[in-house]
Amino acid sequence: MFEIFGIPSNALFSQLLIGLINGSFYALLSLGLAVIFGMLNIINFSHGAQYMMGAFVAYLLLQYSGLNYWWALIVAPILVGLTGVLIERLLLQWLYKLDHLYGLLLTFGLALIIEGVFRNYFGASGLPYQVPDALRGGTNLGFMFLPNYRAWVIFISLVVCFGTWFVIERTKLGSNLRAATENPTLVRAFGINVPRMITLTYGFGVALAALAGVMAAPIYNVSPQMGADLIIVVFAVVVIGGMGSIMGAIVTGFGLGVVEGLTKVFFPEASNTVIFVIMAIVLLIRPAGLFGRGT
Amino acid sequence: MSEPMLKVEQLEAWYGESHVLHGVGLEIAEGEVVTLLGRNGAGKTTTLKSIMGIVGRRAGSVTFEGKETITRTSDAIARAGIALCPEERGIFASLDVEENLLLPPQVRPGGLSVEQIFELFPNLRERLHSQGTKLSGGEQQMLAIGRILRTGARLLLLDEPTEGLAPVIIQQIGKTIRMLKTRGFTILLVEQNFRFAQTVADRYYVMEHGRIIDHMANADIEANVGKLHEYLGV
Repeated sequence: MFEIFGIPSNALFSQLLIGLINGSFYALLSLGLAVIFGMLNIINFSHGAQYMMGAFVAYLLLQYSGLNYWWALIVAPILVGLTGVLIERLLLQWLYKLDHLYGLLLTFGLALIIEGVFRNYFGASGLPYQVPDALRGGTNLGFMFLPNYRAWVIFISLVVCFGTWFVIERTKLGSNLRAATENPTLVRAFGINVPRMITLTYGFGVALAALAGVMAAPIYNVSPQMGADLIIVVFAVVVIGGMGSIMGAIVTGFGLGVVEGLTKVFFPEASNTVIFVIMAIVLLIRPAGLFGRGT
Repeated sequence: MSEPMLKVEQLEAWYGESHVLHGVGLEIAEGEVVTLLGRNGAGKTTTLKSIMGIVGRRAGSVTFEGKETITRTSDAIARAGIALCPEERGIFASLDVEENLLLPPQVRPGGLSVEQIFELFPNLRERLHSQGTKLSGGEQQMLAIGRILRTGARLLLLDEPTEGLAPVIIQQIGKTIRMLKTRGFTILLVEQNFRFAQTVADRYYVMEHGRIIDHMANADIEANVGKLHEYLGV
């Protein structure tokens, strides 16, 4: 046990850990938002509701079909992603030529409806979801105690985030995506089915939110409100990172989680507002965001 | 004359409310290089875009290899074997040169290999990992032409490939078009510069106000120089 700036080291490290955990969710969620915004030009306000749906699908799978956490990690993103595909085909595809505001309003309305439906059937109090057996307990690192499940969340989040970054920046599929983000008309005139790519992109972004929801289920309670609470911060993260920037979403997601955690140690009163203060400063200095390609 | 490769009849096109093409008709036989001449705003670019299916609204008839394409989407038209090199070149800033080159999918067998494209445009090989838009104007044009040669498309729509380029690069592009012709590509070229077009084209259509107003063979061009100057306002 030692002290840093007069703060006991284990208090510091445990807040750092909480910061990294929150950062993992910020990164996963803002990554999905960035991917969707880049390709569809839609600010997906139902992202929080889709994250919540992921957690509920995990809960329902366990309750009614006995499929455990590991199954939920795969099944929930696919199911929720499919609802995203449906939303894109039925609703969003008509909005691309309109102002951003329409997409924002539509997805915001969808979020309210989805959250309302879940509140109606499951109440607002929250349902428990157990940490899977294999990830119970923790490891003593000497300077702090690291719960295994939390380590797992950070690990998977990093893998998924950098996997997504790799696919978009370094593969053929990714170069098609980047090109279609820049000039969809021309990419389509080369013979690439851009509308299908857009649908799948939305489905993928939504699946990322659902994956985050499954991972969040054992940490936070499964409740209809869980997404709404988180998404406001995530939007601030996206604005700081720069709308549509993949690496920006990942780095600022983790970074701001850590900043928030550290603020809790050094100046707890500001921990709820620090991200928004940073957002205001970034908007003043670099309106396109830290990683945005200013337009 | 056998059935033309591309036959455009009574083609109308609109951008929003403005009616841009008024009954355009033209034909291109397989292996021909045909040039659309005309002033700025005459409807040349819109004609190419209409053939490719990327204008707001179009009507009339565009048959390619005997099949009607007027109701098809642009990706289906591309897969039928038509490729466009747009006027603004359309090089993607977020892709490097190699990614730009490999972006258009192969729609048919028989395209040039990447190696053959590098032989045509050796500069591209040296700049392979540069960002697409960091290239010079001439290199960007080479990239824009090069990437559609890979796809196996048999009809190439080239929109002002010489615009704003240095004479030495214009010569290189002229050489490329003549080489493509010997390899059996069919080309519809939009140009303002008929002195350049003369070095590559078999026939000409002249456009004004969204209509075809004249038509001539390359052999007749010297006899018609006066008329062409008047058409093009040069």
